[in-house]
Amino acid sequence: MKQDFSNETPIYLQIVEKIKILIISGQILPGDRLPSVRDLALDMKVNPNTMQKALVELENLRLIYTERTNGKYATQNKKLIDKLKQEQSAKLTTYYIENMSKLGYSLKEIIEQIKKKGEKK
Amino acid sequence: MELLEFKHVCKNFNGKMILKDINLKIPRGKIIGLLGKNGTGKSTLIKLINDALTPSSGEVLINGKKVGIESKKIIAYLPERTYLDKSLTVKESIKFFQEFYENFDAQKAQNLLSDLGLDINQTLAKMSKGMQEKVGLVLVMSRDADLYILDEPLGGVDPATRDYILDTILSNFKDGASIIISTHLISDIERILDEVIFIDEGKIILTSDADTLRVKENCSIDEIFRRKFKC
Repeated sequence: MKQDFSNETPIYLQIVEKIKILIISGQILPGDRLPSVRDLALDMKVNPNTMQKALVELENLRLIYTERTNGKYATQNKKLIDKLKQEQSAKLTTYYIENMSKLGYSLKEIIEQIKKKGEKK
Repeated sequence: MELLEFKHVCKNFNGKMILKDINLKIPRGKIIGLLGKNGTGKSTLIKLINDALTPSSGEVLINGKKVGIESKKIIAYLPERTYLDKSLTVKESIKFFQEFYENFDAQKAQNLLSDLGLDINQTLAKMSKGMQEKVGLVLVMSRDADLYILDEPLGGVDPATRDYILDTILSNFKDGASIIISTHLISDIERILDEVIFIDEGKIILTSDADTLRVKENCSIDEIFRRKFKC
């Protein structure tokens, strides 16, 4: 996995975001077993303690759960995944609209732009 | 019991106080950054842990006991300047470590070194500085120690070598062991640190969990360091 962490914010929170995106985008499927803390840490090139902290946070968010002695699994709660996906989508959309507004575009113009871009694809 | 503890440690050289009343506790299972400008006492502090210097007053304890022959067995130390004999080949250096340290895993060292693609029959003198530093690090990290002390492991190496060094540190960081890394190249290393210790003019001026500090100051450890030690 690419290691593109910023030094400005806690690294465990950046890992939480990365894994959250993997789960809501379906790259990690509901009920998938996660690799061990050590393997995840090596994969992301972070300190295992940092990875452990991230997993605790993900568990608090109910995005993963621990099955006794068997390891950690991605949540099977599809409602939660949908909810987070919508939240993420709303966040990105707001971000986009805000920045376009700053450039002076009206909502109508923004929609036009998206359509144009979509057609080109 | 703490893995490492400094109790009111002072160190003088020719009447000049290099370390002033150092009190410090290093727990198990952490990667700790010892951060300070050049010439602020980082290497002196490290040499005290390795019993290469003795304190003028106070005590340095490893697992509750004064440092000495016993503590050297469980500490793997990478000094700022190598103590390896540069006329030896890599193969001979491995043998030297094997004879010297009971807890040295020669097979592990060989595997790590073969990943580097270097000729083990070459003498250290004929290698680049970066390659010599990698060999030194691999030898030290191939010991099964409780405490690893790396003094400026990133000094004077290129960014690709830095990545290799950080990866080697992380992938050989075993459960329950701790690593102390002294450096002034903070931005390169801060992502792997659990805790930071700021040292200046022979005094510890700050110890903190790295993430807690980032949240509190809302910026990187490197930035905090620059602000605190503005010249």
